[in-house]
Amino acid sequence: MGRTPFSLTHDDWSLHRKGQIDQERHREKVRRAIRERLADLVTEESIVLSRGGTVFRVPIRSLEEYRFRYQWDKGPRVGQGQGGTKPGDVIGRMPGARGQGAGQAGDAPGVDYYETEVSLEELENILFESWELPNRRPKDRRDMEVDHIEFTDIRKQGMMANLDKKRTILEAMRRNAREGRGAIIDLQPDDLRFKTWDEVKKPETAAVVIAMMDTSGSMGTFEKYVARSFYFWMVRFLRRNYRKVEIAFIAHHVEAKEVSEEEFFNKGESGGTRCSSAYELALELVERRYPPASHNIYPFHFTDGDNLGSDNPRTVELAERLLEYSSAMGYAEVISHGRESRLMEEFRRIQAPHLRLSAIRDREDVYRALASFFAPSRDVS
Amino acid sequence: MPRGDLDRLEEVIERMTDIAESFGLRPFPMRYEICPADVVYAVGAYGMPTRFAHWSFGKAFERMKLQYDTGLSKIYELVINGDPCYAFLLDTNTLLQNKLIVAHVLAHSDFFRNNVHFSTTPRDMVERMSVYAERIRRYEMVHGEDTVEAFLDDALVVAEHTPPPSPVGPGRPPREAEEGREGGRAKRDRLREDIPAYLIEYSPELEDWQRDILAALREEMRYFWPQLETKIMNEGWATYWHLRIMREMDLPPDEALEFARMHSQVTQPGGYSINPYRLGLAIYEAQGEDLERLFEIREGETDVSFLRNYLTESLVEEQDLYLWEAARGELRVMEKDWRRVRDALVAERVHGGLPTLEVAGESPRGELVLHHRYEGVPLDLKHLKKALMAVRRLWGTTVHLDTVVDERPVRFTAAVDGVRSEPIYAGGVGPSGS
Repeated sequence: MGRTPFSLTHDDWSLHRKGQIDQERHREKVRRAIRERLADLVTEESIVLSRGGTVFRVPIRSLEEYRFRYQWDKGPRVGQGQGGTKPGDVIGRMPGARGQGAGQAGDAPGVDYYETEVSLEELENILFESWELPNRRPKDRRDMEVDHIEFTDIRKQGMMANLDKKRTILEAMRRNAREGRGAIIDLQPDDLRFKTWDEVKKPETAAVVIAMMDTSGSMGTFEKYVARSFYFWMVRFLRRNYRKVEIAFIAHHVEAKEVSEEEFFNKGESGGTRCSSAYELALELVERRYPPASHNIYPFHFTDGDNLGSDNPRTVELAERLLEYSSAMGYAEVISHGRESRLMEEFRRIQAPHLRLSAIRDREDVYRALASFFAPSRDVS
Repeated sequence: MPRGDLDRLEEVIERMTDIAESFGLRPFPMRYEICPADVVYAVGAYGMPTRFAHWSFGKAFERMKLQYDTGLSKIYELVINGDPCYAFLLDTNTLLQNKLIVAHVLAHSDFFRNNVHFSTTPRDMVERMSVYAERIRRYEMVHGEDTVEAFLDDALVVAEHTPPPSPVGPGRPPREAEEGREGGRAKRDRLREDIPAYLIEYSPELEDWQRDILAALREEMRYFWPQLETKIMNEGWATYWHLRIMREMDLPPDEALEFARMHSQVTQPGGYSINPYRLGLAIYEAQGEDLERLFEIREGETDVSFLRNYLTESLVEEQDLYLWEAARGELRVMEKDWRRVRDALVAERVHGGLPTLEVAGESPRGELVLHHRYEGVPLDLKHLKKALMAVRRLWGTTVHLDTVVDERPVRFTAAVDGVRSEPIYAGGVGPSGS
């Protein structure tokens, strides 16, 4: 009997992309699953309170491969030690509830959710994919800046400082090969390749968010958390689109005050509410610090709508003035228990397409409020 | 890999094949393919280089690749049961690594060829799977990727419940012939242990293309079955022979040291589970040098009988096998009694570690009743509910599954609105049963 025949090959496998293609299919499913959970995720505390940590574990339901399988962790399992193991020895700790997907059938304990790791950036990509900055306008022409330099072409002439070494050597190799030499023997002037560039100019304007929040006694933890979640995403979205985003924080009850971010989210006051005070201060800031000629202005106001009745007309009047300067303005009423307020009714009467109103009853409404504020606008003023 | 290295490896393979055959191994003709990590991991994730596309393979691929990229684990080779037998070698392997792998895969190939449980396996599965993949791809074009994917999600649930093909013994007619002319009743009874076949034949719900895919998945499962049933035996066999063949190779001292290091890495104790390379090797080694006996064992057994017959008290002791349990956050060793350990290990390996389901019958209303052959280990309930809904979609109407939960018989019912469960009382199913 002759020897078992064999062959040994080293083929080019670069076109074998099967794994990558299905990996992309899997990732797309992950993204879809995340998309379905966005309403939950935008108020996820580990994210909102993280100040932008990089990776989160996001539980998603649909990506486990469900099978009829044994619940092995109910009973004893067979293990294998290094030698000399005795009954009573502890060989490890219970793994946390980390959903390490299942390997072999029966290996993984049943987990409610399959957890996947998502970076904040990835999450933003998914969240922001359908968002648009409301009425973004290029402002003052003087703000036109050179954004960056883009190398756009390769030429045969240029300054030595812009020599593209890699392409030059490649060219020399090609020529030498054409001339029948295997290695680079010499470099000819004709081999030299230079990079050229364009200056990319983009209209650059600043954006400012005027974050206003009612800190009167009636605003509880939930109401503040809702505001915080909203602003977290709003700021991140604006930072993506503008090089420079400023945020001014205005806390108000009967009086309004500009405060630090820290105070803004932690301030608790008691007593009544006069919403007009906030709009008054906002207008003042616009006049003093953020001239509308060079700023896209985005005021946003969170309150529970519990305003002094006599203050409503003045609030609406000031809001209308602020609206004139704003690219878009938002008013959100957190009404976890109760109905929309009189103030909301008044706001509903204002005829301005760039005024966006939301009533927030539960956490999931935060997502809806964000989506409506950043919905693509058909009207460009 | 430069031509020079390829030539050297070729010489090594010739040499090792000669050694393997001088010991009496009879492998299939071999095809060694040198390829990049991505390809090796794709083959690992799919179980076959030509298999159909599905997101779950992409998920497995991503996990394997991640482990490779972060240095957590490394597969040096993958071998595909077939004639010829394919071995995929990582293109970054050193010559020594390749030597070990060649010895290892020659033994796998011998095992595939000579273990009786592989005797009915089609040996051209590489080509067949590529045909299945192509057909599924065409269905995707006709019915849409999402539709086909959703169907595959469900079909993969039941495909696992194809029974293992029975080996062809001497004088035993091929299985298919028995199925020749039988009455409808007899056929229905015969298919009860074969859930995919039962659905293909009797589901009022499935369309032709769906039956076709299910049949393909069922064939794939039949191909994978013997591998599931002989994991310890097969890895042990390959490990046993890579040791013996390498010993014949007269390695220079530095390679001998490197080889010893690699071998001990492969045979590290498993900890929470057993390492099939290590345990399998130990069991073969315990038989002494009697090659004839070893070949006999390799020919006839599966893991279950292998462990039953050859896992002795002294091996359990020497291999430091034990039973552990999780309690109060700790994983604690409970038991070292060799019979209990052996029996528990056998139980883990029964039916390839998969629960045995069968069709118990159909209710007058056409509802399907499945039965889980309970063998002491309960089903994972979360999985059960999702999986049962998948069967319901394939059957078209309500599906029941009888099993045992907390030592009591329970019937799970998957209807349009979800899954509910109720205890089964002696003499029949409880109040709201069918």
